[in-house]
Parts: sequence; C-alpha cells; structure tokens
Amino acid sequence: MSDYSLKRREVVHRILENRGDAAVITGIGNASHDVASAGDNSLNMYLFGVMGGAVMTAFGVAIAQPNRRVLVITGDGELLAGIGSLATVGVERPDNLSIIVIDNQAYGATGGQLTHTAAGVDLVGIAKASGIKRSELLQSWEDVERCVGEIYGGEGPFFGVVKVSSAQEPRVNVPNDGTLTARRFRGAISLSEPA
Amino acid sequence: MAGRSEGTLDRREVVAHILKARGTSLLVTGLGAPTWDAAAAGDNPNNFYLWGGMGGAVSVGLGLALAQPDRRVLVLTGDGEMLMGLGSLATVGIQKPKNLAVCVIDNQRYGETGMQETATFFGVDLSAIAQGAGFLNALTIRDQDDLALAIRDIFVTPGPVFVAVKVKPMDYPMVLPEKDGLELKHRFRAQILGARKEI
Amino acid sequence: MIDTNITWSGHVFNILREAGVKQIAYVPDAGHTDLINLSIKDNDLIQVPLTTEEEGVAVLAGAWLGGQKGVLLMQSSGVGNVINMLSVADECRFPLLMIVTMRGEWGEFNPWQVPMGQATEKVLEAMKVIVLRAYTPFDVAETVQAAAKLAFGAGRKVAVLISQKIIGQKDWQK
Repeated sequence: MSDYSLKRREVVHRILENRGDAAVITGIGNASHDVASAGDNSLNMYLFGVMGGAVMTAFGVAIAQPNRRVLVITGDGELLAGIGSLATVGVERPDNLSIIVIDNQAYGATGGQLTHTAAGVDLVGIAKASGIKRSELLQSWEDVERCVGEIYGGEGPFFGVVKVSSAQEPRVNVPNDGTLTARRFRGAISLSEPA
Repeated sequence: MAGRSEGTLDRREVVAHILKARGTSLLVTGLGAPTWDAAAAGDNPNNFYLWGGMGGAVSVGLGLALAQPDRRVLVLTGDGEMLMGLGSLATVGIQKPKNLAVCVIDNQRYGETGMQETATFFGVDLSAIAQGAGFLNALTIRDQDDLALAIRDIFVTPGPVFVAVKVKPMDYPMVLPEKDGLELKHRFRAQILGARKEI
Repeated sequence: MIDTNITWSGHVFNILREAGVKQIAYVPDAGHTDLINLSIKDNDLIQVPLTTEEEGVAVLAGAWLGGQKGVLLMQSSGVGNVINMLSVADECRFPLLMIVTMRGEWGEFNPWQVPMGQATEKVLEAMKVIVLRAYTPFDVAETVQAAAKLAFGAGRKVAVLISQKIIGQKDWQK
C-alpha cells in the first residue's frame, strides 16, 4: 500500500479557513480531532458514536438549513460503514452539502487496520455512481486549493476524498457531551441565520 | 431529480433464462420478488432462499463462495435489497472471489411494499457502484441480446461479476418456495456437503 | 492447559483454530488487534474485513451453508448493527460465534459509547443470542472455548462479551 504526503490536520485546517458560518459535522474518530484542533466552534457537531451516520446527520441539517453550507468531515472507515447514505444524498442532491473524506486507508482509532480503500475500493467512483456528480480525488496540495472553492459553492452536493498520510496525529480535547454540543449547535444556527 | 427510463425486460423471463444455464451453480436469493422469481423457474436443492435479512444476500453469497471455491455461486437479488447492503459490495470487492456473481433484478421499485421508487429510479447506478467497490466485471443489461451475452459473465467469467438487469416495474403472482429456514439449510448442506454435512 | 507465556488473544486464537474456524469476519476494534494480526499471519484462515457488522452475520451464514465455520469479531457498538440480520441465524439455526469487545461499561471516557454498551447484552438476548461474559484476562480463553462448543456443537448463536476492564490489559503476562 502506498502512503500519501498530505497531512490530515493541514488539509482540514485549510478547508476550515474558508468556512464562514458553515455548519460542520464530524464523523467518529480522527476527523473529530482534526476539526477540533482547528479551534472549537459552536457550529461544529462532533459525533462520537454512530459509525456510518455522519453523512446522514449532515444531510438532515442541510435539508433543514438550505441557505447554509453544511460540511461533513469524516474518515474512510466511517463512510464505508454508511456507504448507502451516498445514494440517499445522490437522489435528493442538496446544493449546500459537502462531504470531505479524510482517507488514511486505515482504521486509525482502533489500531490502524487497513480499510477497504487500502485494497482499492474507489470511493469517488462509488459517489459518482450514487448520483453525486461533483466527486473528486484530492492527492496534492494543489488539489486541495482547487477544491476549496468547490466545497463552498457550486451546484449539487460535493464529495471529496483526500488521500492523506497514515501517520497518527496527537489527540486534542474535543467536546464530547452531546447534549451540550447539540444545544450549542442549535443556538448558533438560530443566532447566525445566514442572509 | 427526474426519473430514468424504466426497464422493459420481463423479470420472470430474465430469471428463467439465467437459471436455465446454471448447471450445478449454487444460488442465494434476496428476500422478496427475486425469491419468487427463482421459485417460479423451478425449485432446486442448490437454492437457498432468504426470507429475511434485508441487505444480507451478497454477504451470504460471499461466505458461501469462500467456503466452496470450486463451485460457482450466484446471488440473485433486487435493487431495494441491494441498496440496503451496498457496503457488502466493497467487502466482496476486496476479497475478489473468482466464483461469485451478483445479479440484481432492478425494477427500480420496492415491489413488496407498494412499488415505491428506489434510488435506482432516480439514477443511482448499481453496476458503477460495484465497479467502484472493486468488482472486476460490472454491467447493466437493458435488452434481450445483452442478456444472452451476459449469461457467460454470470456463470463463467472469473468473478466477482456484477450484473444489473433493468426490468419492468410490474407485479407478478407470488410463487412461494419452502420457507422453513431449518429445512432450507439442511437440504442445501446435504446437497453440497453430502456425508460431510456434520462438520 | 493454559500456557501463561501467551496473551489472551493468543489463547483465543488457538481455541478458534482447534474449533476448526476458517473464516474470520471483522470490523476492527482496538481490543481485537492482536487476534486479527494473528489470523492474518495464518495462511489457512480467510480474513473477511467488513464495512459493517451485519455483513458478518450473513457471511457466516453463507460459510456454514458451504461447510465452513467462522467467527465474527466486533466492538459492542457494532452489536446494534446486527440485530435484524440475527433473524436469519435464528430462523435457520445457523451456528454463530461472536466475540465482542465491550465499550461503554468499565471506566468508559466517551459518553456516546455508553447507551449501546449498556444495552448490548439485553439486545442480544432479545434476539435469543446466548451471552457469556469474560471479566478477567484469565476467563477469556475458557469462555470462548465454551462459546465455540455451544455454537458449533449445539448449533446456537453465542456472543462472548469481553469486559472493557480487560481491553486495557492486552499484554498481560507477555
């Protein structure tokens, strides 16, 4: 298996620089730490469970908040556990939903076992086949820079798989009280209703 | 999202046509109409009909194909059942069993529950998903000529093979095979394992 | 006879081999790392990494139909994913051996693991799965051995729940 040079934290931080008032849903595991390490935000909802549920959680937010950009930042293992959700997104096609998969090709949180993407499963191909036309593979910093605009605009949902180094990053403090983060998130949404 | 074109093939004819060429292949059917289709084509002790476990047909076929590497295994299922277990395509895709074929009889509807449209009606492309998941051969069949050509893929071409067949969204009379799971299991294992069935 | 020079994972691995297990289906968990790695080194075994746990119940149904035995490894959160698929094992009385590493019970730090961890046993029992628990590293091998007999000898669905108390002590006596 080949490793990649992009560093997951740098990529996530770069994407979040442009977030404005976007809502961000994180999938269980490293993705939550990547997002929190860029600075906590009331518009972040960190999932600490429900493996496979991140895309659908964000989908619900995107439908409820059609004028707001909604990002899912998750890992390849988490996405694979809910791969059918791409078809659900592909049918409804919310314009304001962007799915970013940080693909280190390993279950980082449980010992680094290889995931299906390490063995050649093509998430971008699956997303396209599921009806998400704007689906991209990001392997270089140029790809990341080019896609930042796509993530925050364009027609129909965006799906991006970022191939990153499998190196583990340090854990950070992520708010894990779901009752708190959910309330805070709903409060932030009503307080910063986008024009 | 606008609906795609409907299939025109007759599912009972398609399944009968496919199964006529099965030889000694083992068959696992997904719950609902594909089970009735297979039963309508004639019961066979090499058939294992699922009456439940929605989303599990491909996985049952995978476990069977790994356990019986010298037998061809065909999973025959519907689009709704397949959509509920899409991850299993990736699990097959990395395992790459040469002897496994998956055939989805795609009427773009949840037929057993009132013919509600499934995601395939809205353009979700199952064979392209299978390809992305690592299937070596993945195709969509819309007419009789292509179906005739696909028989070889289903039973001979090294797998994993995925074939989606677009069929008419039509109700057919239910043809119910044996539904006692214990009986189905015993006869299937007796047929393929013979005296070894008590392992 | 328990050899005290190997880890509980090593003992479990030997027991699975002795029971004739061939297919190792899993969604990874930290607690299963050693067992998965041992199985990968063994060319006689077939590893089946899954995208979700319910695939494993179905894979092992197919394995049994084809004359092979298997085991399903998962974390307790995954138990929530297998419930409906267990009806296939129940209706056809497929032997089913599951080894579940627990979260959400002993010294858990992640509140989101607690609901499923606390419900794991009840949910399994609601689907007529026999639940055996191992609370210390010394119990694990014996419990898996008993579970394998119940599964493959008596044709039952059995889950061994390995306490979270043990998982932090993977390398006991190494």
